[in-house]
Amino acid sequence: MRSCTIAMVLLLAGSPAIAETADGALLAGACQGCHGVSGEGGHGIPSIRQMHDRQQFVALMRAFRANERPNTVMGRISRGYTDAEIAALAAHFAKPQ
Amino acid sequence: MPISRRRLIAAAPLAAGLAVAPSVVRAQAPGRVVIIGGGFGGASAARFARDRFPHLDVTLIEQSRSFTTCPYGNLVLAGRRDIGSITFGYERLAARGVRLVHQRAVAIDPQRKQVRLADGVDVPYDRLVVSPGIDLRWGAIEGYDEAASARMPHCWVPGLQPVTALAEQLRAMPQGGTFVMAIPDNPFRCPPGPYERISMVAEYLKRHNPRAKIIALDAKNGFSKQPLFQDAWAELYPGMIEWRGASNDGRVIAVNPATMECVTEFGDRVKGDVVNVIPPQMAARIARDAGLAAQSGWCPIKPATFESAQVPDIWVLGDASIAAPMPKSGFAANTQAKHAIACIAASLAGQAPPPAVYFNTCYSHVGEDYGISIVGVYRGGTQLTEVEGSGGISPRNSALEGERRAEHRRLEALYADGWYDAITGEMFG
Repeated sequence: MRSCTIAMVLLLAGSPAIAETADGALLAGACQGCHGVSGEGGHGIPSIRQMHDRQQFVALMRAFRANERPNTVMGRISRGYTDAEIAALAAHFAKPQ
Repeated sequence: MPISRRRLIAAAPLAAGLAVAPSVVRAQAPGRVVIIGGGFGGASAARFARDRFPHLDVTLIEQSRSFTTCPYGNLVLAGRRDIGSITFGYERLAARGVRLVHQRAVAIDPQRKQVRLADGVDVPYDRLVVSPGIDLRWGAIEGYDEAASARMPHCWVPGLQPVTALAEQLRAMPQGGTFVMAIPDNPFRCPPGPYERISMVAEYLKRHNPRAKIIALDAKNGFSKQPLFQDAWAELYPGMIEWRGASNDGRVIAVNPATMECVTEFGDRVKGDVVNVIPPQMAARIARDAGLAAQSGWCPIKPATFESAQVPDIWVLGDASIAAPMPKSGFAANTQAKHAIACIAASLAGQAPPPAVYFNTCYSHVGEDYGISIVGVYRGGTQLTEVEGSGGISPRNSALEGERRAEHRRLEALYADGWYDAITGEMFG
């Protein structure tokens, strides 16, 4: 079940080969600077700590990227990351599966 | 006189119980990581090393027992914050297993791989992180030395001169007086900082000294988030702020603290009741003395790792490094620190460094419920580059519909507070 879900995320994210080298815990530093070390949020910054499943997390980031969701900074941020990196971030912050 | 291995172990970590399990464990080889400087780069590096690589022995050398952030210093000028609320201690880092050495690091010996402390003790390292911040170039502006800075404060290095020195002068300024600021050319610490400071001074003056004027004399022709700042100044503080760029004779080449005058390149004399001189800067002395700096006074690094381009086994972070197009900002130093620690752990284990992705967001407060930002995502290979199509500044007023505009500015001001709490919480919480 778990490997099936990961495979789905990777499929969604595009490039499994790169996903293996994307280090979610390291990439997460960009998120933690505002969302907090464990993604807990605060001062109106939403929690991203296990708030979504991985597919939802990826879909949310894609919506920010495409400017399909109102935002202040997330559009500008999300466009800096590859699909594989977003998948790695999803694995880091989303609900355990 | 090296510190004995036993002493290091004796002083060491409460490690086990506090460590967070890393999700990707790349490297497990032990090693002594010594960090010079407990600011955004150094404190972030120490925390991340303890969280992710608890097998590493981490020593943080920082002269001071507390750290006052540059970010949010401008809010002290506005009267929104007191200095205590932007000052932090190192106790929590120590509790996380970081060995704190509250002494000045006076020299680095890259051959013997040790750091000399002020008391003569040598601290050996396997990998060294140098995140010492900046020194001011006294004399680069004629007449601007440490003595002159008492009358014409810089308040750009909190350890040298806290922002309260400027706040006191601002509060004592005569009604209808003039606040003059001299701003340096690039590169310098916190590119949007002078302009946030102008905004926060204006916010204070609007309330307490509404006939006062601000004259900003700039050695550049453009600056970070310029259209957003200038839109906001026109909207919030009409007629109060005059900004003069280099092509409008804005470059200050000399000052006279006796007459409180700034002298520009073409000989204009601009007198202020309060004069805030932000002088040109360079990497702090410990880095320059160790041979880490280039002719420019800043330290070249390998963009893929942030290891020094000049001295092996030393990583240089934050404002001291040459990291353009990344700005010299606290958040930039924080993400550089995490990547550097991951690279250090990998190098100790004989593994390749992880892919280099760096990040920055700088929020600026320009008025009440009015925040703006700049974002950057960067990658390091043979060069450091910003990811095309990403990042950039908040939308201008013209791009935001009425209600949405106020909400956008309000949210960014709120998120700035969130950023401040999150990043300082990570470093010191």
